[in-house]
Amino acid sequence: MSANSNRHTASNADPGSQSGNAIEIADLSVWFGHGADRVDAVKSASFVLPRGASFGLVGESGSGKSTILRALTGLVKSWQGTMLVNGETLGRKRGKDFYRQVQMVFQDPYASLHPRHSVDQVLSETLSLHKFGDINDRVEKLLTDVGLGPQYRFRYPHQLSGGQRQRVAIARALAPSPSILLLDEPTSALDVSVQAEILNLLTDLREEQNLTYLMVSHNLAVVGHLCEQIAVMQNGEIVEILPVEDMRQLKSSHHYTQHLLEASMGYKST
Amino acid sequence: MTLLDVENLCVKFPTRSGVFDAVRGVSFSLGRERLGIVGESGSGKSLTGRAILRLIRHPGVVTANHISLEGENLLQLSERQMRKVRGQRISMVMQDPKFSLNPVMRVGEQIVEACLQHEKISRNAAKLKAIEMLEAVSIRDSERVFNAYPHEMSGGMGQRIMIAMMLIPNPQILIADEPTSALDVSVQTQVLGIMDKLVRERGMGLIFISHDLNLVSAFCDRVLIMYGGRVVETCQADKLYEAKHPYTQGLLNSMPRLDTPVKRLQVLKRDASWMDGDIASDSDASGKAIGRSV
Ligand SMILES: Nc1ncnc2c1ncn2[C@@H]1O[C@H](COP(=O)(O)OP(=O)(O)OP(=O)(O)O)[C@@H](O)[C@H]1O
Ligand SMILES: Nc1ncnc2c1ncn2[C@@H]1O[C@H](COP(=O)(O)OP(=O)(O)OP(=O)(O)O)[C@@H](O)[C@H]1O
Ligand SMILES: [Mg+2]
Ligand SMILES: [Mg+2]
Repeated sequence: MSANSNRHTASNADPGSQSGNAIEIADLSVWFGHGADRVDAVKSASFVLPRGASFGLVGESGSGKSTILRALTGLVKSWQGTMLVNGETLGRKRGKDFYRQVQMVFQDPYASLHPRHSVDQVLSETLSLHKFGDINDRVEKLLTDVGLGPQYRFRYPHQLSGGQRQRVAIARALAPSPSILLLDEPTSALDVSVQAEILNLLTDLREEQNLTYLMVSHNLAVVGHLCEQIAVMQNGEIVEILPVEDMRQLKSSHHYTQHLLEASMGYKST
Repeated sequence: MTLLDVENLCVKFPTRSGVFDAVRGVSFSLGRERLGIVGESGSGKSLTGRAILRLIRHPGVVTANHISLEGENLLQLSERQMRKVRGQRISMVMQDPKFSLNPVMRVGEQIVEACLQHEKISRNAAKLKAIEMLEAVSIRDSERVFNAYPHEMSGGMGQRIMIAMMLIPNPQILIADEPTSALDVSVQTQVLGIMDKLVRERGMGLIFISHDLNLVSAFCDRVLIMYGGRVVETCQADKLYEAKHPYTQGLLNSMPRLDTPVKRLQVLKRDASWMDGDIASDSDASGKAIGRSV
């Protein structure tokens, strides 16, 4: 599973302005439902990812991490604030161009793959939607890149293990050669050896194509490996943004982050 | 005391290119303990769990010398008897939690149904119990979650709801397939504490499938390491770091570490001989289950 430089031919059309930022989020709030049933899933979140950056989102389960990614990709409509991708302000709709630039790997690979579409269909359709040629070769290459051999090409999701499905989802996200990848727990279903291969692949892709990553993971070692900056979320809010060096030294200014860092040092039976 | 004994379990699938042997002769026994299963993606961990519950669907074929639950061979039970085993004696938390919940039924109702099936209590009492279960797995706003649909839950909330549901029948054995992979560490500790308590206080047997080697090593009593459909090594959990099999060693070396950053992670060079070669085992742990005193 090595990433070589002629991976995908055409690089993306100039992704937006020269501002140098891939993602800018300011004062983003996202909610579900209304009235008494309203859930404020994200409260006034702000962060910036320069092009080529790798940014981690960690924090409490249910704190709004996936919701931020879903709002960016246009899957949640009820939000306010400002979101810019490659210098362009996002409205309510996302066109095909947007998905050429921005792809997402979902937390739940089972739900994100159509049960009656084979691996081949999933990848070929994404490729042809984005007008790529030599689809056959590309499908094989994508499968090899994520450590699944061509023998998995004609399988259906129910015939794959959890980690194999996750890798199909990663291959699908890589298919259109996006410039920004939103990764929601991309390796949590993978054993650590396959995880290492996927993380190395992501490192290589970033080096070759200056990709930008926004990654959610509860695994601080994984986030620490891939990201230079980490935002910590609790109960809908970003409570702290810290550089990875601080995280490594368990230095943080917020008590929740401190708690998270200490707890991550290992399960202790009580 | 042995709760479950599995001998020579095989799962096969016919495919275009011949029969695919997904599980190839897995044997182990489980006492009132926490047994971890780790291993390669696609090595047959989930299928092993499903096969014990006889949940492998056509065209898959399951064979074994026996799968004995307290001496009773599950392979010889009728489908009706088997449903009882699944409902009451062995529970399984599936790897895709949201997929195992009914998408058009409110979360709370599903838990209430599970309570009512198991216990003769009033609907109101069942509701209170359901809320209590949700709070036990650290769900912040249990009332809202009770009235919500599965798709309105975050990944980790879905996992916790499934764990709560599976514990309601007070099973003798819980098979938990990646039950905490979407949980932040502090919630994870909480949820593990619940399972741990059931093992210690009620003598439940726990099969804990996970990719988190540190966690398995700290939390479990024994660990099976699977590769290519076989158990290639068995060891005591606290000795996982001294594992002998090259696959296990490779796994340990490919983990990223917060305190020692590296530019590239070490990857495994998989060796064809691991498919059929020797099985490493530490004699202490491989034999019959070491029962935890309860
Ligand atoms: N479609 C929805 N309808 C109503 N509430 C929702 C919906 N989607 C998410 N929520 C709520 O928003 C909150 C944040 O959810 P989100 O999925 O962003 O959490 P998360 O940080 O990704 O958690 P996890 O780590 O467990 O995946 C949760 O309380 C969840 O119940
Ligand atoms: N219905 C099926 N038809 C054909 N092959 C299948 C089927 N279901 C599973 N498999 C294959 O059986 C093997 C074992 O699958 P299993 O789900 O048990 O893996 P696993 O060890 O749980 O992996 P993971 O850690 O990725 O979840 C995999 O290679 C998978 O592709
Ligand atoms: Mg999430
Ligand atoms: Mg599995």
